[in-house]
Amino acid sequence: MAIESEVLVIGGGLGGLTSALAAAREGADVRLVSYKQSTLRQASGLVDVLGYTPDGDGPLTDPYEAIPSLPETHPYRKVGVQTVRDALSLFDDAVPTYEGEHTDTNALLPTHGGSIKPTARYPAGASAGLASDTRDTLLVGIEEMVDFDAPHVAAHLDATGVPFDVRGETIRFPGDLRADAKVTRYAKLLDTNSEVAVRGRMVPAREALAQRVNPLLEDEERVGFPAVLGDDNPGAIRDTLSDHLGVDVFEVPMGPPSLPGLRLEDALFSALDEAGASIETGNPVVDFDGEDRIEKVFIEKNGAKIPNSADQYVLATGGFVGKGVESDRDGVYEPVFDCHVPHAADRYDWFEGELFGDHEFARYGVATDGDLRPLDASEHNEFENLRAAGSVLGGYDFAAEKSGSGVSIATGYAAGQRAAQEAR
Amino acid sequence: MSDAETPPETEFDPVAPNTGEEFEPVDVFPDSDDFDLRPGADSCYKCSTCDTNCPVAEVDDDFPGPKFQGPEQWRLKQSDDDHEIDDSVMDCSNCMRCDNACPSGVPLSQMHNTARGEYVSEQMDKLSVEYIRNRILANYRTSAFLASKVPRLANFAMNFGPARWVMEKTLGVTSERDFPAFAKQTFRDWWADRGGQVQSRENAKAARKRRGLPEDADKKVAYFHGCYSNYNTPEVGKAMVRVYEEFGYEVVAPEQKCSGTPMFANGMLDDARRHAETNVSSMSELVDEGYHAIASCTSCSMALRQEYPELFDIDGIDKVAENTFEAVEYLRIHEDLKGEVQAADVDGDLAEEFAYHAPCHSRNQGLDRQAVELFRDLDGAEVEDVGDSCSGISGTYGWKEEKYEKSMEIGEEMFEHMEHAEGETGMTECPTCAMQMEHGSGYEIRHPLELLEAALVE
Ligand SMILES: Cc1cc2nc3c(=O)[nH]c(=O)nc-3n(C[C@H](O)[C@H](O)[C@H](O)COP(=O)(O)OP(=O)(O)OC[C@H]3O[C@@H](n4cnc5c(N)ncnc54)[C@H](O)[C@@H]3O)c2cc1C
Ligand code: SF4
Ligand code: SF4
Repeated sequence: MAIESEVLVIGGGLGGLTSALAAAREGADVRLVSYKQSTLRQASGLVDVLGYTPDGDGPLTDPYEAIPSLPETHPYRKVGVQTVRDALSLFDDAVPTYEGEHTDTNALLPTHGGSIKPTARYPAGASAGLASDTRDTLLVGIEEMVDFDAPHVAAHLDATGVPFDVRGETIRFPGDLRADAKVTRYAKLLDTNSEVAVRGRMVPAREALAQRVNPLLEDEERVGFPAVLGDDNPGAIRDTLSDHLGVDVFEVPMGPPSLPGLRLEDALFSALDEAGASIETGNPVVDFDGEDRIEKVFIEKNGAKIPNSADQYVLATGGFVGKGVESDRDGVYEPVFDCHVPHAADRYDWFEGELFGDHEFARYGVATDGDLRPLDASEHNEFENLRAAGSVLGGYDFAAEKSGSGVSIATGYAAGQRAAQEAR
Repeated sequence: MSDAETPPETEFDPVAPNTGEEFEPVDVFPDSDDFDLRPGADSCYKCSTCDTNCPVAEVDDDFPGPKFQGPEQWRLKQSDDDHEIDDSVMDCSNCMRCDNACPSGVPLSQMHNTARGEYVSEQMDKLSVEYIRNRILANYRTSAFLASKVPRLANFAMNFGPARWVMEKTLGVTSERDFPAFAKQTFRDWWADRGGQVQSRENAKAARKRRGLPEDADKKVAYFHGCYSNYNTPEVGKAMVRVYEEFGYEVVAPEQKCSGTPMFANGMLDDARRHAETNVSSMSELVDEGYHAIASCTSCSMALRQEYPELFDIDGIDKVAENTFEAVEYLRIHEDLKGEVQAADVDGDLAEEFAYHAPCHSRNQGLDRQAVELFRDLDGAEVEDVGDSCSGISGTYGWKEEKYEKSMEIGEEMFEHMEHAEGETGMTECPTCAMQMEHGSGYEIRHPLELLEAALVE
C-alpha cells in the first residue's frame, strides 16, 4: 500500500498552497507534502504581480496590461492574463484579510527601507499606510529593532516625493525586552495583552505602547509601526492602539523573519484545511518510481522511504532559496525528478560582475509547455502527469520584476486546477 | 534596508553553493564530545525562520532563541576552544520546533542536544539542587518503576500537600501540578497475564482468517510502549495491541527502557545512552527478524528515529531508526486504514467530540495532521484541531518550579482553543501534552489509538 490521493502537491510555499487549494476546490482529493517552512516567512507578505518590466521600466501602474508584452518564456505568458486574474480571485476569497482587489492598478506601499513599492495585494494592516494617501504620517521605530530606523525611513520616504509630511521617532518598547528579542516575542505580548512593568506600575502591553507614542504625536493623522503588531490578533491590536492614539494605525512590512508572511502562511493553511485537503510537513520527497508517468514518490523519514501515490503531481519546491533548484560545480539541476533546467554551460556566464547586475541565474528554473508540464532538453514533456508551479519555474526574475508572489499564485492556480481536472 | 536594495539572490553564492549539501557529522561520542557540526552551522544564512518557531523565545525575555543556541554558538565554539556553552541552553525545552523550520536544513536540535550535554557534563555543578532535580525528573522511569510497585501509596504520597511543598522548596519541582496517577496494573503485567506473544500470535491468526488473508502472512511488530503507557496509561498500550491484532499483526513487547527524551532535554546524555543501548539492541535483533518497531508516544518514536542516530553511535542504530514508526502512521502506510475508518462508526464511551492537540514531536515526523484527517469521516466522533501552538509542558520543562509560569503562558493559546472547541474531551499522542491539557482545561484526555480501537475492534 501507499498513501494515496488524486493530486499530490510537493512543496508548501505560496505556489504549492495555491495549487493544492485550487485542486481541492475543483473537487479533487488532494494531498500536500512539504519539507520545511517556505520562503513566505522571509518575504514581506505583500503580493506583487508585476512592478517592473524585465527591462527595468516602472513602477508599472497596471500589471495586467504589461503581461502580454513579457517574453514568451515568462510564466505569465504560459498561463495568460485571464488565469492571473482568476488566480488572484481565488487568493482574495481564501485570504479575506488582504486588500487591493478593488482595482487593477498597483498600490504603492512604503517599505521598511523607505522606498515605495508597487504591489497588487497587501494585508489590511498595511492599508492605512498607502503612499498615495495624503495624510501626514508618524513612523515609530523601536530602539531594539535596528532593521527599522524610523527617522531614517521617514527621510528616505520624504526624498521619494510622497504627497504627505512624514516624521520618524524612536521609542523603547515597554517591558524591557532583551535587545535582540524575537519578533514573535513582541507579537505574543501584544496578542495576549500581557501586563508589562512601566515605571514600577503594571500596564497592559497595548496601552503601554500607546502611552509611549502619545506624547510624540503632533498633528499626524496616522501612525506606522514595524510589522510586529501581533500574530493571532493583529486587527484587535491595531484597533486598541488607534483608540488610544486617536489616529489610524498601520504596519510597515519588514524583512525576514516576517510576521505578515507568517500570518499569510497560516491563512492559506487554514483555507486548505477547510477545503478538505490532507497536509503533511516535515519530511522531503526524495525519489520516485515511473518512466513517462510518475507512479509514486517517496517521502523520506529518517531513512525510511514512505510511498505516496497519486494520479497527478505538482512540483512546487521553490527556487534556489527554497531548495527546489540546486547547483553544484557541474551545473544547475532540479533535485526531486531531475527535470531539465536550462542554463549556460560555463559557470562564469551565470552571473555578472556587479552584485546587482542582470544575473542569469536569477532566471534559472525548469522550463514548461503551455500546460506547465516540465520540458526536457529536447522540448518533450518530462512526465505526462507532472506540472510545475512557483519559483521552481525559470524564465523570470522575481526580485527585479517584483513578481514573486504573483507568479507563484498564478502558476499554482493553473497547475492545481488542471491537475484536478485531469485526475477526475 | 528595503528589499529593493537587497535582492534575495545575494544569499546565493554561485561560486560556493551550499544548497542542500549533505554532511556527515563526525560521531565520536562518547569518547570525546567533539562532534563536528560546523558544516551544518555554515549553511545557516541567518534568515531567523527558526526563531519564529520557538515557543520559549516567545514568552521568555532571557532566552536568546534557536539561531543563537544552534549555529551561532557552534561557530563561536569552533573558533575558540575555551568557549563556554551559554547557560541559556538549559532553557531550551527541546520541543524541536526549530528543527522543522530551517529552509537550509541546519540540524538545530542536534546542536542543542550536544551543547546541552557538554554544558551539563563540563559546566554544571553535580551537587547543585538543579542538577539533582533535573536528574530525578529525567529519570522518570526509575521513579515510576518504584511507584508502580505500590501504586495506591504512590498516588497518595506523590500528591500529598505537605510533601509537595517540601519538594518545591528543596528540589524546585512545582507544587502546582498533580502527579500523574499510576495504574493498578502495568501494561507489561497485563500483557504477561494475557499470554504475551503466544496469545498475540493466536489472535493475529484468527484475525487474518476473518479477513481472508493468508494465515501465515508475515505481519509482525515490536511494540515500544515507553514508560508512560506502561506505568500510567496502560489503556493506550492495550488499544495498540488490540488494533494491530485486528489487522492481523502479531505483537511482541521486547525488553526496553526509557526512550531518553527527558534525558536529552536535561543534557543527561550518559543516562540517555545507557537506555538507548538496551533499546537499540533489543529492537535491532527484532528488526533482523523482520519486525518493525512501533511506538504510541510521539516523543519515543522521535527519539528512536532521529535523536539516537544523531547523538549516538551504537551498533544497529540506523537500522532501528529506519524501521521505527508511529503506531497509527504504520497502519496508514500498510493498511487501508482510511477506508476502514470511513466504513466504521463509534458509540458509547468514545462517541465524543474531541479537542485535539498535535504534540511538537509529532510535527517533525509529519504526523501533526494525522488524527484530524483520519477521523474526518468517522461516524459518531468528531476530532477538532485546537491549533498549532506548543502545549508548553515539553516533558520535564513545565515541572520545574522556575519554568511553571512560562509553561502555562506558552500553553495559554491551546487552553483557549480547547475551551472554544465543541468537545470537552481532549486528544493527543503525547503523555506530557496530555498532562498539560488536563491541567489547563480539566478535560479528560484520550489517545487516537483508543478511538481507533473503539471504531475498529469488536
Ligand atoms: C527574502 C525574500 C523576500 C521576498 N519578498 C517578496 C515580496 O516582497 N513580494 C513578493 O511578491 N514576493 C516576494 N518574494 C518572493 C515570493 O515569496 C516567492 O516567490 C514565493 O513565495 C515562492 O513560493 P514557492 O511556493 O514557489 O516556493 P517556496 O516558498 O520556496 O516554497 C518551497 C517549498 O517546497 C518545499 N520543498 C523543497 N524541496 C522539497 C522536497 N524535496 N520535498 C518536499 N518539499 C520540498 C520547501 O520546504 C518549501 O516549503 C520574496 C522571497 C524571498 C526569499
Ligand atoms: S527546541 Fe524548541 S525551545 Fe529549544 S530552541 Fe528549538 S524551538 Fe526553542
Ligand atoms: S532557520 Fe536555519 S538558516 Fe535560518 S537562521 Fe535558523 S538555522 Fe539559520
